[in-house]
Order: sequence, then C-alpha cells, then structure tokens
Amino acid sequence: MKISSGTIRLIIPAASLALLLAAVFYMQPRAMSYTGLNLLFNLAVPIALATIAQMLIMSVNDLDLSMGTFVSFCACVAATVLQTSPVLGVLIFIGAILAYAAIGVVIHMRELPSIVVTLGMSFVWGGLAVLILPSPGGTAPTWARWVMTAKPPLVPMAIVASIVIAAVTHYIVMRSSFGVLMRGVGGNNRSVERAGWSVLGLRAATYALAGFFAILSGIALVGLTTSADANIALRYTLLSIAGVILGGGEFVGGKVSPIGAVIGALTLTLAGSFLSFMRISPDWQIGAQGAILIVVLALRLALNRLEKREKSQ
Amino acid sequence: MTQILKREEVVAARGVRITFGAVKALDGADLVIHAGECVGLVGHNGAGKSTIVNVINGGLTPHEGSLTYGGRDERGISAARANGVRCVFQELSLCPNLTVNENARIMHADLKGWNWRSRALSLVKTQLQEIFPGHAIDCDSTIDDLSIAERQMVEIAISFAGTDKKPKLVILDEPTSSLDAGLAAQLMAYIRKFVTEGGSVLLISHILGEILSTSSRIVVMKDGRVVADRAAGDFNTHSLVEAMGNVVREQEFSRKTTRKTGTPALSMPPRRGHGLAFEAHRGELIGLAGLGGHGQTEALLDLYLGRNSNWWPTAAKEIAFVAGDRSLNGTFPLWSILKNLSIASLGQLSSRKMIDDGREQALGESWKKRIEIRTPDMGNRILSLSGGNQQKVLFARALATTASIVLMDDPMRGVDIGTKQEVYEILRSEAASGRTFIWYSTEMDEIRLCDRVYVFREGAIVAELVGEDITEKNVLAASFSEGAAA
Amino acid sequence: MNLRRQFVEKPWIWSFAATIIVWITTVLFTGGASSFGLSQAALTFAAFSVIVGIGQMFVITLGPGNIDLSVPATMTLSGTLALKLMDVQDGMILVGLLASIAIGLIIGIGNYILIKLLRIPPIIATLSMSFIVQSVAIWSNRGLRIKPPETLAEFATSGLFGIPNVALVALVLSGLAWLMLEKSIYGRWISAIGQSTFAARMAGIPVDGTRLVTYMLCAVLASVCGYLLASFSGGAALNMGSEYLLMSIAVVVIGGTAVAGGNSNIPGIWGASLFMFLVVSMLNTYGFGAGFRLILTGLIIIAVILLAGGRQSLR
Repeated sequence: MKISSGTIRLIIPAASLALLLAAVFYMQPRAMSYTGLNLLFNLAVPIALATIAQMLIMSVNDLDLSMGTFVSFCACVAATVLQTSPVLGVLIFIGAILAYAAIGVVIHMRELPSIVVTLGMSFVWGGLAVLILPSPGGTAPTWARWVMTAKPPLVPMAIVASIVIAAVTHYIVMRSSFGVLMRGVGGNNRSVERAGWSVLGLRAATYALAGFFAILSGIALVGLTTSADANIALRYTLLSIAGVILGGGEFVGGKVSPIGAVIGALTLTLAGSFLSFMRISPDWQIGAQGAILIVVLALRLALNRLEKREKSQ
Repeated sequence: MTQILKREEVVAARGVRITFGAVKALDGADLVIHAGECVGLVGHNGAGKSTIVNVINGGLTPHEGSLTYGGRDERGISAARANGVRCVFQELSLCPNLTVNENARIMHADLKGWNWRSRALSLVKTQLQEIFPGHAIDCDSTIDDLSIAERQMVEIAISFAGTDKKPKLVILDEPTSSLDAGLAAQLMAYIRKFVTEGGSVLLISHILGEILSTSSRIVVMKDGRVVADRAAGDFNTHSLVEAMGNVVREQEFSRKTTRKTGTPALSMPPRRGHGLAFEAHRGELIGLAGLGGHGQTEALLDLYLGRNSNWWPTAAKEIAFVAGDRSLNGTFPLWSILKNLSIASLGQLSSRKMIDDGREQALGESWKKRIEIRTPDMGNRILSLSGGNQQKVLFARALATTASIVLMDDPMRGVDIGTKQEVYEILRSEAASGRTFIWYSTEMDEIRLCDRVYVFREGAIVAELVGEDITEKNVLAASFSEGAAA
Repeated sequence: MNLRRQFVEKPWIWSFAATIIVWITTVLFTGGASSFGLSQAALTFAAFSVIVGIGQMFVITLGPGNIDLSVPATMTLSGTLALKLMDVQDGMILVGLLASIAIGLIIGIGNYILIKLLRIPPIIATLSMSFIVQSVAIWSNRGLRIKPPETLAEFATSGLFGIPNVALVALVLSGLAWLMLEKSIYGRWISAIGQSTFAARMAGIPVDGTRLVTYMLCAVLASVCGYLLASFSGGAALNMGSEYLLMSIAVVVIGGTAVAGGNSNIPGIWGASLFMFLVVSMLNTYGFGAGFRLILTGLIIIAVILLAGGRQSLR
C-alpha cells in the first residue's frame, strides 16, 4: 500500500505535536489530567478557527494579512453589540461576510495582489474595532462563555472543540463538491474554468467562508477572555499563517489540509507551554517559536526531496 | 468511401481563416469529422494543427469560414462541450493537488449530489479498465503522486468517460507522448473500438505508425491549409513524410559544407543518456530542429545556465541568449527600448558600477541604425514597438554584448518576413566574423540556413545533418519516428 | 495634455499634492499658528518612515512575493544593542552605528539564507527570522532603558536651519538610494528582476546575488532607522518597531511603487510618509479618533491600489 502525499504531509505536524505533548507530560506529569489538558489547549480554539480561515484563503493561492485585525474586530462586536442587541450583531457579521466576498471579487476581477488589498483592509478592520470598543472592556455573550467553558465528561472542551472543527472543515474542504472546486482553483484554475465553472464565484464563496470562520474565532476568543479590546488578536495574522504552514499547507497550488491546520494551531499553542516548562526564559519564547517554524519547514523540505528522489527512480 | 460520407457530421470547419498579426495560422482550412471515424492529423511545426484543434473545441473563433456541430452553427467552449467534443491537451490539464475522482468531478459537472465520490470513482475505474486493461492506478490517489504516464492515462480516461451521454468526438493531441509502447498499443486498440461503436476521434501524433494503423482517414496540413485528405490505406510512412514537405526550393545561399574540427567552443554529452552528443565550433551556425517541445529549449537552457553564475556578476560574458517567447522571458515591459537593449551589456557601459548615460545612448543609436529599429525615440516604451521590432531589440541585446556564443530559442516565431530577412543577414555577417550561433527554430526555411543541424526527438538528439543533407525531407524523417505499428 | 502625461508618468505627484492639501487644511483650521511646529513634526516622523520605507521598497521592487516582515524586529534589536554598546558614552557613537549596521547585514543574510535554503516564500522566512530577532532583543534588553549618549540624543532631536537632523539624514539616504536606483547597474538589475525574474536570468543578471544584496540593504536601513529612533526617543523600547511593519509597506504602496515589482519611486515615499503623518494630525485637530484615522488609512491604500490597477501585474 502506497502512502499518499496528503498523508505524508500530515505525518510531520502530527508527529511534532505528539513529541511536544510527550515532552510536556514528561516534564510536568500533572499536565496529564483533565484540567491540565484544558489549560494547555484552551487558547487553541480561536487560533484553530483563525488558522482554518487563513487556510481557506490560501487554498485559492491568496493570503490574508488582515486576519488578526478582523478577528479583533469580531471579538469587539461579540463583546458589545452581539451581547446587547443580538439581531444587530448578527447583521454586522453578515455584513462582514459580504465584505469578505467583495474583497474576493475585487482581487479576482482586477487581478490585484491579495497581500496589499488585505493589508489595506487590516487598517479598516482595526479602525472599526477601535470605534466599537475604544478602550478594553465589554462582556462576552453568556452563551459564548458557556460554550467555551463547558466541561464535557472525559475529554476537555478544548480538545472536543478542536476535533469538531477539524471534522467539520475536513468535510467542507476535502470531501464536499465545493471543497473540490475550491482546491481546484488553487491547483489549476484554467482547467476549472475550461470545465465551465465560474472561478470568480468560487473565489468569492471561499472568501465568504473564510470570513465566517474568522467570525467564529472572534466569538470563541471573547468566550474565553470574557472581555475584548481592539488589539486582542493582532498576533493571529502571523499565527494563522504559521499554523497553516506547520500543518503541511502550502502557499500555492491548493495544497491544504484542515486537519493539519488544526494540528498546526495546537502545536503553536503547545509550544508556548512547552517552552515555559522547559524553563526557557520567557525572553526566548518568541524566538523558539520562530526556530520551531524553521525546523519544521526544513524537515518538510528534506521529506519532499526524499519523496521526489523516490519518484524519479 | 460513399459509406463514410453518408455518416452524420460531428463537427465541420470549412474555409477557416485565422491570423495572428501578420501570421496566417489558418488559411482556408477544411476539416470535417464524421461519426464513427478516426481522423489522423499530421503536419510539421506551424502547419496549423493546434490552431484548428482550438477552433474545433471552441477556444478560438474563426475570423472567416464556417464552423458547425452536427449541422448547427454554434460558438464557444461550452457549445463545443455541449455537443460532445472533448479534448486531451498536450500540456496536462488536471488539477495536480486533487485526487483522480475529484478531477473527474470537476470535468463532469453532472456528477453532483449525494455519493458523487463513489460514482466518480467507478466511472473512472471502469473507463480506465476499458482503455488500459490491467493498469495499476489507484483512483484514490492524488494526481501529484502519479507518474507522468499515469496522469496521461487518467486524463484520457476522464475524457472518454461519460456519465449519461458518451462523448461524440475526442481530440487527442500527442496522447502517447509519455506512454510506453504497450500502453500506447492499448490506447490505439481502444480508439479503434470506440470508433466502431460510432464515436469519432481526432488523433495528432508524431509517431506515424500510430497514425497509419489507427486512423481511418488522414489529413495532412501545411502552411495553414489542408494539403491531403485521403483514406489511411492510401498512405505509407514515406508518402506521408513527402506530403508534409514542401516542394524543394532553390537554395539561394552558400554555406560551409565542411565539418569543422578541433576543440569545440561548446559541447554537451548526449541528453537523457542516449542519442548524439552536442558540439559547436567557432563561427558555426548550428540549427536545432525537430517538432516543437521535444527538448530543444531545455538543451539551450542547460547550455546557458551552466555557464552563468547566479550569484556573482560575470566579468566577461561569453554566452548570450535570445528569447523566443518575448512576453514570457524576453522583454522587460516597463522599460524603454534603450534599457531593454542595454541590460545585458551594462558592464561595458559603466565606470565604477555607475552607468554612463552618454555611452548608453551611443550604443542605442548605433544599434538602432544597424538593425533598423523603427521608432522615433529609443526612450519610448518597448511595448510601443511591433512584435518584429521588439524581437530585433532582443537580438541587438545579445549581439551588443561581448559574448562569442549566442543561443537563440526560436526567436523568429510570429515575425514578418521582411524583418526575418534583415535578421538572417545580420546573423550571417556575425557568424562570418567568428561568432557561434546555436539556433532552435521551428521553421524549415531557417533550419536550412544553418551549417549543421541537430534533430531532436523526445528530448534527445537523434540525427545530425551537415551541409547538403539539411533538407526538409531528412529533418522530417528524423523528427517523426516510424513507431511500431500498433 | 502635457500636464496629464506628467501626472500619469510620475505617480508620486499625487502623494505630494495630497500632502500639500492636507497640510493647508490643517494649518487653516488651527489658524496658521501651528504651521512651523506641524512641519517640523511631520518631517521628523516622516523621516523614520522614509528610511524603513526605502528598504522595503527595494525588496518589493524585486517582484511579487518579495516582502520583508523582519523590519520591526530589526529596528528594535539594533536600537537596543546599539544603545547598550554605547552605554551613554559619547565616544562610542560611531561604534554603535557600525554595530547596528553589522546587525542589519547579519539579519539580511539570515533572511536570504532561509529564503534560498528552505525555499520558503520571503513572507514566512522573514517572519520566522523576526521571531528570533525579537527574542534576542528581549533577552538583551531585560527591561532596562538605557539612555542614548548625550551628543547623539542632542543630534537626533535638534535641527539645522529649521530642518530636523533626522530628516536631513533621511534626505541624504534617499539621495544615495535614488542614485543607486536610477544610475547604477544594481538599480537596473533589481528592476529587471522585478519585471521578470526569468528574463533577468537569461539576460545574464546574477539573480540570487542581487536579491541577497537587496535583503541586506533593507535590513541595514531598518537597523539604522532603529538606531536613530532609539536615540530620538531617549531609549529603546521593545515595541518601538511594531508600528513600522504596516507603515513601511503602506508608504511604498501609496508612494506609487508598483506592487507587482519592477518599478520603484523614491520621491513618492517622501510624499506618502508626510501624507500619512499629516492625515493623522489633521484628523486629530478635527477631533476624530484613532478609529477613523485607521479606516481612512486603509481606504486610501485600497483606493491607491485600485487606481494603480493590477492589470499589468500579471502575477
């Protein structure tokens, strides 16, 4: 039985997550408990959702530099408008999804580089967030709080949520017709067009879906932190890109993996805890994250080379 | 014969004319394909094969002439698809990141609804089994994981497959280019079966054995026109090659007929481990011939990149390159004509790494005069020039350097005849003064200007022709393999 | 007709026109009292954007996908280490400058090694690099705020004939960059690479060497900017570079440099930097908050890129 390249691409992220987890358990056996796991992975849920959103954009060969500010904006809306007048809050979110679809349309029609357009949008979302919530505050909607702090039996919420996210997005991206067409646009948009599909429509739908997941990320974040501020998720732009790459996704070619993206997000979250258990001074934590990113990319390059050599034989 | 004529017309293109700028790609070509026949289409580079294929599959609208599907006048890619026309392109048109069945989903819009995956899977599986019995392709694997041959097999199978209605006409453009003999034979056997069941196939191949054994009718194209259209039984390899060629023209130039000896200025071992080695001597004009896409460009790139550092500026350029696809790898579109011309010789034009404007202007003016670039001002944008004049600038870019070897990647494609004559003149005088030219050309007239010619087939050099042996007939015979009659 | 052609061919005129309009409206609103102070502040803060912007512009000129995200981390590290090394001694000013240039060179080389060796897109390579650089900065800073040498601080905060010294430095650097871009072989090379990497390679340009130098140049300019900014603001802070990540890209885009590469524009960077600062102070004087300011900035970037059009960008 030959292993498909998709599976190989999942091996490294999964193995690095397992290795990190084992190391954490070894150094801190108390982490091997319900509460321990919950603490380790709690913050992973919003990051995983943002990573999924970024992955959708990357599956059509684009990149979203506004992810962090958009999630912050959504968190601010969730902590204020959505809490006080839910209908208006939902309307704002629908408007945001439409805005994402419109960005997709503009990028496709004018053949603009997505990096610059989303860079501009990042200022816009950041500004809107400041307008809605000028100083840190707000309250999370009770239901969001309830979902994020629920204590299901046996397995902590963070793990359950990650598995649900992975399963749902795996179905949408890898199994459904829409997912196939979306990845087809990333892989070879000419042949998708030749077969009679609207690449414009597909790109708009992909952006809208990404907007939807980013909104979920904002709500989940507020559910965890109970309040929001306009800069709450700025790191998510870079974290989400790194998560996709760690999870075996690629910048071009429609090669993405939702399960990998979730694993990548978990790995990034865990790396922080691991480093503090390692007693690495907090000074080096960011740097170690960078180093981990580099090591994983180097490993992947080596694996790709090996695979290529095998194929050419 | 009368039997065939009574059959239903699947597609009919009559009197089709298509021009790209000054070039007549199709000059009143007729191609009618009936149900239940396999039409073999042969011709040398630029004969108009791929253009007429693009007309039939709806990608190009003819400037003149009629195009009907089953007797109805319709246009466009979707019209062609709706009329059961499918096309397997020479370049792979699958999505490499998707699995086999997912690609089938994209190609067949009606594979929707619940459980499309297993239906797509069984569709491709049955079709693959039918065309290539005993194949070992796992239809759940990603296209990336398949070998080139397997990808081609999958693409062929997806094109022949039909969910509720079978395709009426399948166009196969070099379908066996990466299949081995056994697989090619299976495909040819399937085509024959498909045809007897009432389908039709348009087959393009450089392996004449396949064409002769599989087609019921053979169409020979030349210079955008159909020059022969007869039952396959009326042809043999020899007469087919003859039909593709031109009437022998008078040679109006002299060339060195003696083979040069001594240490070559440039050499390369046999490519892909077989065929002939490559050698070039000082002052020679060497042609690389053969059908387009058989490894000539790759050979030029290897020669060039192997002698050119990617990290350090080279002190003295010994080799220069003239691009064929101007827009892809030749011109710098944002720049003026002058900057486009001088980019390769900035070293000579500057002192202490700063460019001397005066010297650059002088260089521009001298070349403008020498090769007659038709522009009022060398400061105008390069894109303001006609295609032929842009090409002249690219020539001047290479010739203005100190390089003693100039590589040319089919640079005269789509250039008008007047410009061509001017450039040939320059080439001859430069060669006489000691420069070596390696010239890949898809045009027979240019190949016949060379002192010595290497013919490429399937990535390797298969023949070397010198002097009087450089004839269209010899080049054609070497570029088309006879192939085992499948 | 001629005027229109000038406008189309020189996209930086727009940013200057906009700058002047914004300047006049702000000055009119405040009754002319603030015009000198406003111009001084604008020139000072624009100078920092200009210095990093020039580096980023060189990188962006290399073509689609080329971008340097390590700029803020480089600024922070260079500011921190240089101040630490100089240790408030006037005699060490030059040593500090050389050290910060050396830091830039090392980071630039590191960036390109990652890009080339790991074959990863510049955006992720420079991002990983910035994580490491940021950590080194945190580690070396230790929360201590070391003051710059007095002479240096004096230099960074004062001016000559009413023009701030940092603006003069930025002007000199812009002049050098302009000379390199317009008159040197190197400038031709990066423009050629940005228009078509393959065509550049086939014209005999050492593509990898040129790209390496460009990434080094960008990092050096960022570290010089960090050195100046730390001296100007009386000490290095860990977040001192963060605002310059998006700013460095924004001034390049607004200044009329082609995002698709191949075409760069130094006057435009000045126009855009002044404009960005003046818009902020204009909105401040009108009493608009940070939110409107950001939204307006974003809309300006999108409007500029829409007007400039991506059609010729051809990925």
